[in-house]
Amino acid sequence: MSVQTEARTLPGKREGRRATRARRIREPRTDRWFMFCVYLLLAVLLAVVLLPLLYIVASSFSSPEAVSGGRVLLWPVDFSLRGYHAVFANPQVIQGYVNSLFYTVVGTIVSVTMTIAIAYPLSRRTLVGRNVVMTLILFTMLFTGGLIPTYLVVQSAGLLDTRWALIIPQAIGVWQVIIARTYFRTAIPDELVEASQLDGCGDLRFLWSVVIPLAKPMIAVVALMYAIMQWNSYFDALIYLKNPDLFPLQLVLRNILILNTTGGGAVDASVMLQRQQMADLLKYSLIVVASVPVLLIYPFVARYFTKGILIGAVKG
Amino acid sequence: MAVLTSIPPPAGETPVRPRRRRRERTTVAGLRRSLQRHWTLYLLMVVPLIWFAVFKYIPMSNAVLAFKNYNVIKGIWGSPWVGWQNFELFFHNPVFWTLVKNTFVLSVYTVAASFPIAIILALALNEVRNGIFKRTVQLVTYAPYFISTVVVVSMTILVLSPRLGIVNEGLGFFGVPSVDFLGNPDYFRHIYVWSDVWQTTGYSAVIYLAALSGIDPALHESAKIDGASRLQRIRHVDLPGIMPTAVIILVLAVGNIMAIGFEKAFLLQNPLNLSESEIIATYVYKTGLLNADFSGATAIGLFNSVINLGLLLMVNMIAKRITGNGLWS
Repeated sequence: MSVQTEARTLPGKREGRRATRARRIREPRTDRWFMFCVYLLLAVLLAVVLLPLLYIVASSFSSPEAVSGGRVLLWPVDFSLRGYHAVFANPQVIQGYVNSLFYTVVGTIVSVTMTIAIAYPLSRRTLVGRNVVMTLILFTMLFTGGLIPTYLVVQSAGLLDTRWALIIPQAIGVWQVIIARTYFRTAIPDELVEASQLDGCGDLRFLWSVVIPLAKPMIAVVALMYAIMQWNSYFDALIYLKNPDLFPLQLVLRNILILNTTGGGAVDASVMLQRQQMADLLKYSLIVVASVPVLLIYPFVARYFTKGILIGAVKG
Repeated sequence: MAVLTSIPPPAGETPVRPRRRRRERTTVAGLRRSLQRHWTLYLLMVVPLIWFAVFKYIPMSNAVLAFKNYNVIKGIWGSPWVGWQNFELFFHNPVFWTLVKNTFVLSVYTVAASFPIAIILALALNEVRNGIFKRTVQLVTYAPYFISTVVVVSMTILVLSPRLGIVNEGLGFFGVPSVDFLGNPDYFRHIYVWSDVWQTTGYSAVIYLAALSGIDPALHESAKIDGASRLQRIRHVDLPGIMPTAVIILVLAVGNIMAIGFEKAFLLQNPLNLSESEIIATYVYKTGLLNADFSGATAIGLFNSVINLGLLLMVNMIAKRITGNGLWS
């Protein structure tokens, strides 16, 4: 679907570009002013988004004294890696990292499997009852039991304070089911199903050896959505986990960054100052370390991600 | 769909398919046949369906707690009924109006700020033909969406910190004394909303960009021939073109007004700004999980969900009446 629209619009865009180039001389004066404003606006937006990021990165590579003295702007001052040393010397952070990796990998596998298992049957037009099921699923988007009723279910399922509490209760996203179903519907023609049935191919075999290979781009998008959601979530850990050994990175971050719990008893003033400076620096480095994995893969997946949003936006 | 099947099949299409479909679409016999034919597919759905039943529908039935006085030993269904008592307690609670107002204002402010900005960004990006600049802006504005809420909030706190934040440095440069932004309830909403805009604008713009690329270039060409300036073309071609998309997004946004998320408000909260930052979601968490008042918290949550569902249905109806577009149209 999206491939088709792209193919249709691309030549149009190119034509438009050629046309504007050819008539650039005759362009009305107001248009030039207008384009100037457009570029200016975009440049301002770019700066507004980029500057805080640069400030954080620059601070993370500076010395503790420079950070606490407020001397860092957009370029590291007294370049040092002490912030990063402190981050990687912190056992909580390392444990959080390992836990988050586990939750992300296992959670994504579980989520993708479950999503395909429900979305593929729902995409088959010859399946009686699929509309009832779809309505029941969509309804959960509009109305939920709420925090406490859900908590009680997780509690009575015996998931509290186990790793599964972060994986099972949010295994399926309705949005992802919609994306997958729409994709299966549009990318797998009915004729293909019928042809394979004539060849004696069962539904499961067809799913495994025809549908899934054909749906790889969509599966990648959905997997990434789940993975990023898992990597970034802290709320479920906050309510379901008590044992600090199970905390995902985001919860560790919250404890260090927002609640300021880096430990340490009463000591004399100079040590206090040093510790305070170190704690300040640690925050910047920690932010960078925590965001790097997601931001590193982001430029490679952005385009697929965009496609995913667009498939999801198509009602169906 | 049902209308479609009653239309006779066009010439050239094999008559076999429609007949088979019609029989399967109706009645119990059709279901039985479908079960026989596709039992593996039904089997595949079993686990996810159980999941939906357990983690979505049982919580909905658990919401009866709102009308009960929860007793751990007796369980949800064994606890005594108390009627509307939990709701009345909440309505008479002095914080009730503050909570409703904070939730409502914060959410409306967020929608009002981020909705137009995303459209403006998309329109501006759509005008730019320079590939590298355009791609850079898109890539960079899109990126914050991938950063976690915890990190965004920490960044906000660091940047606005009175002691070493860059904003106060800047203010200090102009001789303005440093401001404790997060300690002052007056600033809370602005901080919440604008950090949200910072994080999500690029992401929200994507959908409008797609809508814009779907507009027939012929419309632009003919407008150009008629001597329309770029601004006029935006007004008369681009804006009407993205209208249906914008309406749906607005309906969804307004329909989620009372469902504003727990995550960010909770993280930005501190005892100093509580008068503006306490919203229904954070209050439910505190009553329910920190004070263990399960019934009270369920009642508050249920009240919120019902208001929200009502809002969604209402806004959808209005949008449909005015523009002909809505969800499930």
